[in-house]
Amino acid sequence: MKDVTFGQYYPVDSFVHKCDPRMKILFLVGYLVAVFLSADFYGLGACAVVLVLCVAFSRVPVRSVLRSIKGVLFLIVFTAILNLFFYQGETTVVIAGVSLQWGIINITVEGIRFMIFVMCRIFMLVMASAILTLTTTPVSLTDGLESLLTPLKWIRVPVHALALIMSIALRMIPALMDEIDRIMNAQRARGADFSHGGPVKRVKAIIPVLIPLLLSALRRAEELGDAMEARCYTGSQTRTRYKKLTFTWRDPVIGLLCAALIAGVVLMNIYLPPIL
Amino acid sequence: MRAVSFENVCFSYGNEEGAFSLNNINLSVEEGEFVAVLGQNGSGKSTLARLCNGLLTPRSGKITVLGMDACDAANTFEIRKNVGVVFQNPDNQTVASIVEDDVAFGPENIGLPREEIGRRIDFALSAVGMEAYRNATPARLSGGQKQRIAIAGVLAVMPKVLILDESTAMLDPRGRKEVMDVVLRLNKEKKMTVLFITHFMEEALLADRAFVMHRGEIVMRGAPREIFSRADELETYSLSLPAVGQICRKLRQKGFPVAECLQPEELAKEIERCAFRQNI
Repeated sequence: MKDVTFGQYYPVDSFVHKCDPRMKILFLVGYLVAVFLSADFYGLGACAVVLVLCVAFSRVPVRSVLRSIKGVLFLIVFTAILNLFFYQGETTVVIAGVSLQWGIINITVEGIRFMIFVMCRIFMLVMASAILTLTTTPVSLTDGLESLLTPLKWIRVPVHALALIMSIALRMIPALMDEIDRIMNAQRARGADFSHGGPVKRVKAIIPVLIPLLLSALRRAEELGDAMEARCYTGSQTRTRYKKLTFTWRDPVIGLLCAALIAGVVLMNIYLPPIL
Repeated sequence: MRAVSFENVCFSYGNEEGAFSLNNINLSVEEGEFVAVLGQNGSGKSTLARLCNGLLTPRSGKITVLGMDACDAANTFEIRKNVGVVFQNPDNQTVASIVEDDVAFGPENIGLPREEIGRRIDFALSAVGMEAYRNATPARLSGGQKQRIAIAGVLAVMPKVLILDESTAMLDPRGRKEVMDVVLRLNKEKKMTVLFITHFMEEALLADRAFVMHRGEIVMRGAPREIFSRADELETYSLSLPAVGQICRKLRQKGFPVAECLQPEELAKEIERCAFRQNI
């Protein structure tokens, strides 16, 4: 459990680390737009190239980035299976004379293609988000978000409080992961079995983990609240910031890269013939 | 000036009358003093800490902190600036995932300008000897180091009074020593008032004065050595002497004429002295 890196900052010094968090968030949003705009594998290919560039310039080991996929592996497999079985294609796959069609399940060539497409898409979304959280400290991430969301203050959205809630949530992830580990071991010691049995049995086995986890999270929250209050936190507007966000030459560079990616994807959608 | 004073303070969680968590507490801590508060679990030690900085308000009685009335909500912010509290679990006190950001949290809350916050971080980290970890991730530090960061986070607000609410309870002996050294240095060099809540008797030995709490009341008070000389009374409050003191007692019960001592060095000397005399 401890190797789940999502939300865990990877401290090295790199181009991506030094970019302004606001720009990185905008870049991520732009990147997601590009991934969703991609109508075919050309666009996804371009997105993949940009992704590889980002990983290379972040100096985060590829393994650490890949690890973040673990958390959504189930989601990927689940959507893949749904698409594979239920995609409304026309050409049913025939293997050794057997047509792969049973009742409402219909495995088609288009379905397989779409399944691969969707898997690539989710994969890239997760990887891109992981790079953001691996190269940006939760504090600067939330500073960036807060700064980007400032206009919402005019309609009385407590932007600062929301940003703080998010940064604390991110910072608590590793602690809660440790907690899950501890509780699972404790339940195993009492004879709980998490790795055998059908899906229903496994989900049931998780309940005795979730309830203590929830309780401990609430207890932690209360203690943290006390500690924050004791350190003069009042949630007031007079709060100052130690770290100030500043744009550097890097930020226009990645901004342009992002714009180029979106433009490229749109052009590819229009001019390139579909694969398959 | 008095750092903290309690006059007839009563407090209870919940609403039922009679069941007081703190019952008629009177105490005073002078500025620059190092006071230990001892007691078993549930004796009211932590409640005492929370009353000092307005996290809790008493049912009745008067609490004065550095001349300010702690029961008046208007003073709470000013009091919290002057009374820092370090809690038990370092993991539940850190708000940020980088040491320097976490230490900056307090100064940010009191609205200091950036340059000043930078200076405060330097000051606080050097006070706990953690300058080298400015950009580290607290999750990857040892328990003692994490707790020192928590202390730094409190120091950055530059309080006059430092309250440690069982801050060493979750640490290993080495971590306990680290924290203890830092606190002693702050008390001696920076003249910081320290209220040290603990159930480790060895730690109380280093204090100027100690209070023993039992079921919401202060049942013993005085210099630590004086308190530890009343071992039988301590036992009635489910507290025991420091290990060395216990050994001493056992030796005396067996008729070995060592003087009462509480530190290992003293005991070693005593044994040497007695052994020497018996040989001759």
